[in-house]
Amino acid sequence: MRAIPYQFVVNEVAKMCQEANFELGNDVIDAFQDALKNETSPIGQNILQDLIENANIASSERIPMCQDTGGSVFIVELGQECHIEGGSIYDAINEGVIKGYEEGYLRHSIVDNPLTRTKSKTYNSPAIIHIEMRPGSECTIHMSAKGGGSENMSALKMMKPSDGIEGVKAFILDTVKNAGPNACPPLVVGIGIGGNFERCAYLAKKSLFRPIGHRSQHQELAELELELMAKMNLLGIGPQGMGGSTTALDVKIEIEPCHIAALPVAINLNCHASRHKEINL
Amino acid sequence: MEPKKLTIPMEHQALTLLRAGERVLLSGTIYTARDAAHKRMSESIEKGEALPFSINHQFIYYVGPTPPGPGRIIGSAGPTTSGRMDKYTPSLLERGLKGMIGKGYRNQEVKDSIVKNQAVYLAAIGGTGALISRTIQSMEVIAYEDLGPEAIYKLTVKDFPATVIIDSTGEDWYEIGKTIFNG
Repeated sequence: MRAIPYQFVVNEVAKMCQEANFELGNDVIDAFQDALKNETSPIGQNILQDLIENANIASSERIPMCQDTGGSVFIVELGQECHIEGGSIYDAINEGVIKGYEEGYLRHSIVDNPLTRTKSKTYNSPAIIHIEMRPGSECTIHMSAKGGGSENMSALKMMKPSDGIEGVKAFILDTVKNAGPNACPPLVVGIGIGGNFERCAYLAKKSLFRPIGHRSQHQELAELELELMAKMNLLGIGPQGMGGSTTALDVKIEIEPCHIAALPVAINLNCHASRHKEINL
Repeated sequence: MEPKKLTIPMEHQALTLLRAGERVLLSGTIYTARDAAHKRMSESIEKGEALPFSINHQFIYYVGPTPPGPGRIIGSAGPTTSGRMDKYTPSLLERGLKGMIGKGYRNQEVKDSIVKNQAVYLAAIGGTGALISRTIQSMEVIAYEDLGPEAIYKLTVKDFPATVIIDSTGEDWYEIGKTIFNG
């Protein structure tokens, strides 16, 4: 059994939280540059230029690219022959979030109770942590700093099998249309189809961890991703909803088997600040 | 077209000349407030108490900045989604608020109140908090300090970039922009 020291996990997670907020991934910056070549709206072009400049300032000055430094979401691929020595992996990740956010001057955006709205006593935690067991002794942690504005415009629908693929497409496009400027386009659109009620939401979230430009391994889904992206970019919403041809930077679909009565579909929107980091411990 | 430079608070006439879709650079004083501060201001209004600052002619910026790092005036400070403030906005416009800066849709009640009270709604670019922080020259907490990033701060800004979304005639750039580029 391989052992990873608790404090090592804490420190690595703290670093990831800060890097995610200061250093926008090259996949996103490249997507901005590509969009700039095709965007027809002058306001849209200005916005894309500002997004690139903003990312540069964040990186060089070590200041968060967005004041919403996110709720932290983790997907951990944990080998069954690997364990955390000195404490639970959940505690280690949460401690890393507290350390990373507090020491990095990131924002504490978590309330303990969604109804009373009292602020959490631990800085920007608890995080949302998903663990997927794997064979072997590797441990890979994927982290996302997920903004609240785009999360709020996400949607889930238990559709009827008879709605079919056309019904699913219409629901996805409607969700992007309704989100308009609120979700901070250009968006990365994560879609989960199948599983059940909670599983499709997880699949949608998980799809957002794939880098921009990374297509589904299933040929028909890869084509559907591109078809949906093209349709989104004809909606006219554009950067920040101010009009234009860049509404989506990418579309991701994850699919799983489901019940004969079901067609669960979840759409998790990500703003243009698609902040993801991963580390193999 | 180069953005129009404006000082805030602004004269009534300058405000009524603003048109949906116009880019502006704002200099002067703005007050921050988001969900929790709006809730408290609304409770004050219900109780007949005074608001924590004189809202007449002022602009509110919907922002909850990150804490300033060492040597900084403010942290990252981009706009948050305005729609969450819709419930509280008409009563502030009735009391003389002239401008809101945020991002995203407003409801019909807010739009009607903007026209009735001759105000304006502007959007800053969501997710450019690092860029925007450079236009903020001072920051002073003036109310609800216990709310941390959600407290009311008085900001002095220079050339703060924004776009007019809903002008005083009720035109909405989100609707117009979408129509121009649809299909």
